[in-house]
Amino acid sequence: MKPEELEVRAAAELAKQQAFDVRLFTCSSRGCQSSDALGVIAGLKAEVKARQLEGKVQVNGSGCMGLCSKGPLVRMCSKTQKDILFSEIKPEMAAAVVEQVVVPVLAGSKIEKPGGDLGQHTLDLNDPFFTMQVFSVLENNGKMDPEKLDDYIARDGYKALRKALGMSAEEICKEMLASGLRGRGGAGFPTGLKWDLTRKVPSEVKYIICNGDEGDPGAFMDGSVLEGDPHAVIEGMLIAARAMHATHGVFYIRAEYPLAVERVEKALRQARAAGLVGKNVLDSGWAFDFEMRLGAGAFVCGEETALIASIEGKRGTPRPRPPFPAVRGLWDQPSCINNVETLANVPLILLRGAKWFASRGTEESKGTKLFALTGKSKNNGLVEVPMGMTLRDVVEKIGGGTDSGLKIKAIQTGGPSGGMIPEHEFDTPVSYENLQQLGSMMGSGGMIVIDENDSVVELAQFYLDFCVDESCGKCAPCRIGGTQMLHLLNKIVAGKGTLEDIKTIRKVAKAMQKASLCALGQTAPNPTLSAIRHFEHEFTERLLPVATTKA
Amino acid sequence: MSIPAEVATAVKAAAPKAPAAPVDEITLIANKWKNKRGSLIMALHDLQSRVGYVPRESAMKLGHLMDVPLARIYEVVTFYNYFKLEAPGKYVISVCLGTACHIKGSAELLSGMEKELNIKEGQSTPDKEYHLQAVRCLGCCGLAPLVSVNGKVYAKLKTNESHHVIERIQIDKPMAVADAEDLAD
Ligand SMILES: Cc1cc2nc3c(=O)[nH]c(=O)nc-3n(C[C@H](O)[C@H](O)[C@H](O)COP(=O)(O)O)c2cc1C
Ligand code: SF4
Ligand code: FES
Ligand code: FES
Repeated sequence: MKPEELEVRAAAELAKQQAFDVRLFTCSSRGCQSSDALGVIAGLKAEVKARQLEGKVQVNGSGCMGLCSKGPLVRMCSKTQKDILFSEIKPEMAAAVVEQVVVPVLAGSKIEKPGGDLGQHTLDLNDPFFTMQVFSVLENNGKMDPEKLDDYIARDGYKALRKALGMSAEEICKEMLASGLRGRGGAGFPTGLKWDLTRKVPSEVKYIICNGDEGDPGAFMDGSVLEGDPHAVIEGMLIAARAMHATHGVFYIRAEYPLAVERVEKALRQARAAGLVGKNVLDSGWAFDFEMRLGAGAFVCGEETALIASIEGKRGTPRPRPPFPAVRGLWDQPSCINNVETLANVPLILLRGAKWFASRGTEESKGTKLFALTGKSKNNGLVEVPMGMTLRDVVEKIGGGTDSGLKIKAIQTGGPSGGMIPEHEFDTPVSYENLQQLGSMMGSGGMIVIDENDSVVELAQFYLDFCVDESCGKCAPCRIGGTQMLHLLNKIVAGKGTLEDIKTIRKVAKAMQKASLCALGQTAPNPTLSAIRHFEHEFTERLLPVATTKA
Repeated sequence: MSIPAEVATAVKAAAPKAPAAPVDEITLIANKWKNKRGSLIMALHDLQSRVGYVPRESAMKLGHLMDVPLARIYEVVTFYNYFKLEAPGKYVISVCLGTACHIKGSAELLSGMEKELNIKEGQSTPDKEYHLQAVRCLGCCGLAPLVSVNGKVYAKLKTNESHHVIERIQIDKPMAVADAEDLAD
């Protein structure tokens, strides 16, 4: 495709969309598919067809619309009135949606909230859950079908790539650096800097790798982005490739996300057919293509050197750095590994400018961040908030407090590498530095709410057990230290621990942090340490009475 | 209506089958991946999605065709949790023990399942009807706690509902088998 054709296709698609009076978007992401969203889509299509409304009403799939616990969600968009968002729609309710809402709207009525049963299935779009979020990575979700390339192009898709093709590698790196974008995979390394380092290493062959391993159990942001907006990630990778003269792209996606794999593969086929990927990208003479690799259920493979080993078809064990992948990565060639959400931010930054991106957030942490809000949160799902929003706003306003009605005790962020943050620290604004200071970390975006009935000791045990199980066993501090720490923690949970055991836990933790080869072992003690730091009494309450320990 | 690939894969995996994949299928897999560097794991994924596990004879054949020593194959298969070395039961019940599900009591759900089926996690019933396994996060955390059976997700369960889930499997069963036949090419 020639660059100008992007505009032609976008205009044609927009005109097509304009011709519909009503457009229905049903979340076809994994969560909603598990409650038969595909049945809902089929039901809507059948009803629209039966009423011969196909020229007026378009039925689409869509990416995750956030409130996954209330899925399947269906959004009705009309030219003549405000959107309506339906929740927990079953296939057998599709006819009612068309009859009671779509048909009257087509006839000119304005409906804010339908009456009767459907009224119970209508969400209030003025709820803080929707009004307090700031959508940019997720802005296409609920507004386009992730399986249609032209839908993406109509929403400015691949325009940033076109722009990048007219820029030098150095210019792209500079723009990314100026935006302040930092890696969303956990460590928060400045993306522009990482690209620039890779750019400067001379090599005939270079790899850009998308880390879609999402190993934090209880987090599903990256999977949702891959499912809901695959072209955005592909475009981000193409731009990254231009910025560092990369010659090959690799998607590494966990096998537990078959829908994400399917969507990316489909998007790649579409992009190839359209000349956006392949031998002659946007008629520029530049050739670039991708390969797909699946994970196989090993958390450690999210670590970049282990991930590289896994792509090479080996056991996924980390190796010491340096040399960093930027110097020696996949097949010993310079490689850059970026997280899914990081890459999804890239086209937006290039198109709207570094200034636009940097206008959100704190001094050190710019832009927005996705979180998977789960656990005892009333609203369970995927949310996007500007950096700098307080944890309280995220958890209490957007999350709506607890579903149990009990008081929130803490949140856990950063998954098995992160930590617990007690309720009295919730006025802290979200940023990489702030979360670290509280003994946790940003991580990839899992945010688990626990209430006063939940035990932090047991949660710490859960995470440590996870890390011990997932340790690759290559180095002793992690392999032996982890097991020892878990043994002590188990003892405390069983009510057989002593004060001495807590001291030993601290000591072993320190050794693990210092001497482990990779970040899995280095950070595995974090949940436990943060729990001890903020909730020491919960540990001491479980210890053997002093008299018994002396005996 | 198209069936999601993962359901198709899982249902296929669950279909009654011979202990090893037909030989020519392994040749097909080997040919697909042979010339791509580092593709052993992808080939094993293809194999397992067809047969439900990695049978020894198939691994040997695959190794021979792809010019990979058997020891290397086993090194990989044993490292990654996703690969199974033994034929699982027909209905693979995966109880999610990810954090979101854990907080909502998935451990209780799992032990309920163990009692109900009278097997431990990681085992199959003697009649090879059910295989029970714990998994970490199926990416539907907003719907915790949940289990998936041959890829079909049963979500927002109550922790004492294991009996109910097994009943539902028995009801849905004819469906799953029919689908498997449809997909058996
Ligand atoms: C044990 C372990 C697991 C990790 N898992 C992931 C993961 O699932 N996804 C991810 O993007 N990064 C993960 N990381 C971080 C990556 O190693 C790497 O820093 C990241 O992908 C870089 O991308 P970014 O700069 O865009 O954040 C993990 C790190 C460790 C140590
Ligand atoms: S720290 Fe743990 S996971 Fe990392 S290399 Fe050492 S043993 Fe393996
Ligand atoms: S998966 Fe459908 S709303 Fe999140
Ligand atoms: S924690 Fe169970 S689906 Fe994610």
